[in-house]
Amino acid sequence: MLDSKIPEGPLENKWRNYQMKSQLINPANKKKLNIIVVGSGLAGAGAAATLAELGYDVQCFCYQDSARRAHSVAAQGGINAAKNYQHDGDSVWRMFHDTLKGGDFRSREANVYRLAELSAPLIDHYVQQGVPFAREYGGVLVNRSFGGVQVQRTFYARGQTGQQLLLAAYSQLYKMKRAKKVSMFARHEMLDLVVIDGKAKGIIARDLVTGQLKRFAADAVVLATGGYSRVFRLSTLAIGCNGSALWKAHKKGAYFAAPSFTQIHPTALPQTSEAQSKLTLMSESLRNDGRIWVPKKKGDARKANDIPEEERDYYLERRYPSFGNLAPRDIASRAAKERIDAGYGVGRLKNGVYLDFKHAMANFGMETIQDRYGNLFKMYNKITGVDAYKEPMQISPAAHFSMGGLWVDYELMTTVPGLYAIGECNFSDHGANRLGANSLLQASIDGYFVLPNTINNYLADALRENQPNTDHAAFELAENEVRRHIQKLLAVNGTQTIDHFHRELGKVMWQECAMSRNKEGLEKAIVQIQNIRTAFWNDVKVTGGFQEMNTELEKGLRMADFIELGLLMCTDALQRQESCGAHFREEYQTAEGEALRKDDDYSFVSAWAYDKGNFKLHKEILEFENVTPTVRSYK
Amino acid sequence: MKVTFKIWRQKNAKAGGEFKSYDVEGLTEDMSFLEALDHLNEILVLQNEPVIAYEYDCREGICGQCGVFINGRAHGPHDNMTTCQLHMRSFTDGETIVVEPWRAKAFPVITDLVVDRSAFDRIIENGGYITAKTGTAPEANAILVGKEVADKAMDAAACIGCGACVATCKNASAALFTAAKINHLNSLPQGKQEADKRVLEMTWQMEEEGFGSCTFTGACEVECPEGISITNIAEMNARRAKAKWLG
Repeated sequence: MLDSKIPEGPLENKWRNYQMKSQLINPANKKKLNIIVVGSGLAGAGAAATLAELGYDVQCFCYQDSARRAHSVAAQGGINAAKNYQHDGDSVWRMFHDTLKGGDFRSREANVYRLAELSAPLIDHYVQQGVPFAREYGGVLVNRSFGGVQVQRTFYARGQTGQQLLLAAYSQLYKMKRAKKVSMFARHEMLDLVVIDGKAKGIIARDLVTGQLKRFAADAVVLATGGYSRVFRLSTLAIGCNGSALWKAHKKGAYFAAPSFTQIHPTALPQTSEAQSKLTLMSESLRNDGRIWVPKKKGDARKANDIPEEERDYYLERRYPSFGNLAPRDIASRAAKERIDAGYGVGRLKNGVYLDFKHAMANFGMETIQDRYGNLFKMYNKITGVDAYKEPMQISPAAHFSMGGLWVDYELMTTVPGLYAIGECNFSDHGANRLGANSLLQASIDGYFVLPNTINNYLADALRENQPNTDHAAFELAENEVRRHIQKLLAVNGTQTIDHFHRELGKVMWQECAMSRNKEGLEKAIVQIQNIRTAFWNDVKVTGGFQEMNTELEKGLRMADFIELGLLMCTDALQRQESCGAHFREEYQTAEGEALRKDDDYSFVSAWAYDKGNFKLHKEILEFENVTPTVRSYK
Repeated sequence: MKVTFKIWRQKNAKAGGEFKSYDVEGLTEDMSFLEALDHLNEILVLQNEPVIAYEYDCREGICGQCGVFINGRAHGPHDNMTTCQLHMRSFTDGETIVVEPWRAKAFPVITDLVVDRSAFDRIIENGGYITAKTGTAPEANAILVGKEVADKAMDAAACIGCGACVATCKNASAALFTAAKINHLNSLPQGKQEADKRVLEMTWQMEEEGFGSCTFTGACEVECPEGISITNIAEMNARRAKAKWLG
């Protein structure tokens, strides 16, 4: 039975009630407690820095050469907060409601409310840290809109908001490193979780420079390892992003929730070739001023600027007049796919739609558009060689955010005691679809504000237990397993590269488990992925050695886990016989092609347990006491 | 498209290195430079050879992890661009492309094209922050920052920490990197309390790491992917002099 540990009391008092009742640890005892934080993005760095400030002994890990590279850095558009600075009717309640509705009522009320409630102090924190948010001439903070909402609550630092927030978290973290409260292990990758007597007590990590396996013990382990959309290979994620830490934790007992809930972002750059390694995202903020369209005529070969106004189909404005170009991401992506599949796509491969700033420039002038999106236009030009001030951008949907992740309770603890998951790697606040600018928010809230106030409730008891020790047999066993796994991979010595298998997996996942899914396709995908797994372990080739820097080996280990994760994602998508948010099952749609939710049967979180290669479903029933789930309409 | 890559290979930090040439076919102009190297690596695997190690992560020009010297220029032939944003259309068919790691005393080579840039982290560690523990901040709009000030701070804060400024500088100076962080924080009201301490500690650490001195050649601002202006260095020097002599 899954206990989500939602505190008592009315929604607006739950977090306060929780904090009043949770166990505290005196400062002298905190330094005796060690916490491992895996990942150094906004969630990981925020948590590691804050836990260190509180007095805990922290060890923080990242696979990159520095914490400052974590993929939070790439978020462009902004971060939401219910400050109501724009005097446009915003409030904690409205933000809570927007987020819950945006997620198509597949998340927990209490968590979502807490997210909205803590958003305002988070902006205070970042401002104090020196984040150069956009300002009015008079000096106050500026806001803009994002998809799925009708107020302006998004704070931003040009098109580099994620970078600026991450650099703030990173410098706070390295300040604590200098104070010797945090040990930082860059270029280290977690390869297994160590569980002793049912509790998370450490990790096995590989030093990516020397190739050496190392043991790290702790009183609690926090995963902050981000999203796993690289399972599709082509995604907006960094090339190194992976699902391995989650997968190892899952195999050691942590339930995986809603694994198939993947956000397909509507505004990435279209794929141009088979060799492409990633799809660059263009911030959703562009939809504030850009208008999305395709030609009304199928296969229109004219250049965009030669197509007259009356022959353009502004399909989002047509289908969703009240939200228009700011419809939520799942809806905007599906609408683009619908037009592209119907033969109206643009560009050389007919796989894109136009995002046009002609009207915005006529209305506000080029200077204003430059001020708002200058760096995005520059980036677009660098990648495509096209000047978007003169002709419209071409955009296309791409795999982006993982709403799914390890199942966590209100305290952000997984089903393995002492193992926490924060930020994108958990399933918590976003339900079946995340709203724009809520990602930086959730990662930060989890790391800075929630975890440092819940982990004490567990660690207070850990004080009375034995200090974790890497000589324990469980560490020996885990390290040997990792070593065998690596040796096995190096020993296959087949005839195909890792990228070959990744392309194969990506094609299956994109075809059957992305924007639109159906029973037949998913069943076929499961068989195909099983075949890919067999072929991988029989025919992959990884060159180079174990005890040295070997980037190919790193890739191979991540790939092996992606294959298994892909299986679980398809299993999850197959099980959920309804459409909700980003999960669109073709069998369940309205006459107008909108998602058809089935609350009577599927108002629960799917939490999957791993059992020797099989997956067993557990359900966390979602109870809505404050909001009545309605049909999500943006028309 | 076909090119010859002449790439620096070095087994590890202690071993000597050398250039090796690879003729690569089957490339297209739309491929990014790093995708061309990926393609070469796949060929190497199938020939049973160890892959070439090079760094990247986001591949959209913001994480700062990528960075190699290409035909004698940091991040390749264009101004203000990261290696991952460079595309093969910038080269000609049949061209020989020379690829080397960043060369600087403070950035030792780890293997092949991978260098150790942890010196940058240590500069940040020594004052590149505002001391404010989580939970201690006042209401955000209680701190007013004029648009011009915020914009200028943002210009400096945009640094991605790639190290191109050091790699391209004949003195291997980290002045642009260090100045960018100092000016970002010291120009904001939140950063004023620790301003003098910050500039003194960060510049001290910069020198401690073995970076050279700045002689204002301006090479760094040409290669900086964020186009951070060299005037930042002059500003840092002024702040440093003031902190040192006037206190």
